[in-house]
Amino acid sequence: MANKETMTLNMGPQHPSTHGVLRLIVELDGEVIQKLTPDIGFLHRGVEKLAEHRTYHQIIPLTDRLDYLAPMHNNLGYVLAVEKLLGIEVPERAKTVRVIMAELTRLKSHLLWLACHALDIGAMTVFIYCFREREKIMDIYERISGARMTTNFFRIGGLSRDLYAGFDEDVRKIVAEFPAHFDTYEGLLTENTIWLQRTVGNGVISAEDAIDFGMTGPVLRGSGVDWDLRRDDPYSGYENYTFKVPVGEKCDTFDRYKVRLIEMREALNIIGQALDSLKPGPVLADAPKVCYPPKEAVYNTIEGLIHHFKIASEGFPVPEGEVYQGVENPKGELGYYIVSDGSAKPYRMRIRPPSFVNLQAIEKMCKGAMIADLVAVIGSLDIVLGEIDR
Amino acid sequence: MGYELFGLPLIYYLAMVAKVIVVFVFLIFTVAYATYAERKIIGRIQVRHGPMITGWHGLLQPIADGIKLFFKEEIAHMQASKFIFFLAPFMAVVPAYAAFAVIPFGDTVEIAGYRIPLQIAAYYDTALGKVVDVNVGVLYVLAMSSLGVYGIVLAGWASNSKYSLLGGLRSAAQMISYELAASFALVAVFMLSQSLSLDKIVADQAGLFGWYIWKQPLAFGLFCICAVAETNRTPFDLPEAESELVAGFSTEYSSMKYAMFFMAEYANMVTVSAVAATFFLGGWHGPFPSVINFIAKIYFFMFCFIWIRATYPRYRYDQLMGLGWKLFLPLALANVVATGIAVIL
Repeated sequence: MANKETMTLNMGPQHPSTHGVLRLIVELDGEVIQKLTPDIGFLHRGVEKLAEHRTYHQIIPLTDRLDYLAPMHNNLGYVLAVEKLLGIEVPERAKTVRVIMAELTRLKSHLLWLACHALDIGAMTVFIYCFREREKIMDIYERISGARMTTNFFRIGGLSRDLYAGFDEDVRKIVAEFPAHFDTYEGLLTENTIWLQRTVGNGVISAEDAIDFGMTGPVLRGSGVDWDLRRDDPYSGYENYTFKVPVGEKCDTFDRYKVRLIEMREALNIIGQALDSLKPGPVLADAPKVCYPPKEAVYNTIEGLIHHFKIASEGFPVPEGEVYQGVENPKGELGYYIVSDGSAKPYRMRIRPPSFVNLQAIEKMCKGAMIADLVAVIGSLDIVLGEIDR
Repeated sequence: MGYELFGLPLIYYLAMVAKVIVVFVFLIFTVAYATYAERKIIGRIQVRHGPMITGWHGLLQPIADGIKLFFKEEIAHMQASKFIFFLAPFMAVVPAYAAFAVIPFGDTVEIAGYRIPLQIAAYYDTALGKVVDVNVGVLYVLAMSSLGVYGIVLAGWASNSKYSLLGGLRSAAQMISYELAASFALVAVFMLSQSLSLDKIVADQAGLFGWYIWKQPLAFGLFCICAVAETNRTPFDLPEAESELVAGFSTEYSSMKYAMFFMAEYANMVTVSAVAATFFLGGWHGPFPSVINFIAKIYFFMFCFIWIRATYPRYRYDQLMGLGWKLFLPLALANVVATGIAVIL
């Protein structure tokens, strides 16, 4: 073949399976990928810069909008970072509720991932089933925080409010019901020959490469690296729970799929343990200069009113220093690096988004594969553009 | 004996026109309501309702869709190769309907002393005392189903768009992989019936145990899978794979031209269902009046098509080709050889 021309295909930012506004410039020889360049930035909102002009409390809603499929986890990483800087001890109940909500968030995020991954490969019934289950978690979200997506539920020092009556039953129902649903998904996918043909051996990334790229989360574990921040660098009381960390062997799309499915079952396990250890108590730290006072204090006491006014109007000063807090987001390690100059606003906030780092490997994973594989790999990387572009 | 034309009673011609109209209306109706049935059945499988608003339980939805598509703007973008771009939808839709001409959809009926076979391209020869139909009906069906792919390939090419082109290429590759296996599966059947006439093939299958599915189970299985592939349905819906190629070959199409591709897809489903019923499930034979039997069998296959779509993920293009060439074709050939030996013995 003397004259071999390639075709440049512009996939996205409007494409059914680029999961938002990812643009991929693909060079094709027939349907085989020769070169692949991701083009990001279509959802850039400047969250890091915006944070420099907001008080510490006002930044929490911004974090909801990073990985909008796992808002509670984003909140968690941020509030933990600020609490570390302030040196505040969070009450036990708040810690446990944070874990429950974080794991529910993991379930919610993984369910959406499975839905989209399956749809990308063409199994559309799983898509609807996952959304049905996800809806139940959304209902809990709504009852607990008033919002389904941008929950803004955690506060520096604890939670914005206590749980509603009946939370325990709702969550226990999920813990009891979901394993059967997971079995259904596995029946439709894991035992399906076409699914196996599409995922096994597809999008391979070796453990060394995964580490070199700085990949984290299920993608890293799918490549056989046993690393989970919840176990290896515990936060918010994760050290009190026992859970398995699934690890893949073949480093392919199927292993990443398998790892996430096991993680969902383990999340239920953690939620069950956390519910058992949940005891009544305060949900906000005893730090009147940082945490908003309760409403009755604002209306009835002069101290409450002053504190409310001060925190709402000018925030609270945070000691000078630097802090990094990483949390095991459903997609990988979400890190917040905050530099404080002693004022009520961060001097600089840097977010380490897991999707952004994981996306780097896509060319390595897809070179020489076909378009259909590319779609499967994007699905198995589980990227969220809100987080990549920030 | 009334008026005659080319040596046949005039009523035969009238009957033929009537049959064309009835079958065409039936096909249009089935195609329209197949889209409705698909949405309803898949909806039921996926724990949702499907269309519910337009008419009682959404029964008027296909009509509303049709009217909407009819009044949409016809867009042919600048780069498109205009003539072929317009021709392609017709190329896709006409063969899908035309294949029905030779398929017997019922027993002969007697009207005003004349015996009329329920098969469009056929008449009853009183002198011979039997139905005369196209004696190469099988070839005609295969030819028509092969022609349909040209519509898709040309649409992909004429759109002058990358996704369309990829869809068209996939379609061409897919068709040549599966036509052969499907044809060889049918070869085994007409080796048994010793005739290419569909009327004869159906006549041979009287009684439940006369159905060729019992004598040719492998051919039946192969044909069914190839039928799914030929109609571009999940798990072989590569030419329009939504998550990969946006809408594949039909990406640039709008309005009625798009609707025609849609109609072609469903008409193809009806046609291959009819072919499968004719070749393997005894055509119009069965416990009910002949036409009802035949329609019931078609609808059974249609239901399976929809059911499969709700269950399976999509194959990759090269995997599908491998399946067609490396597995189905050898199997179909082996089946033909085995049938040949059995027939000779």
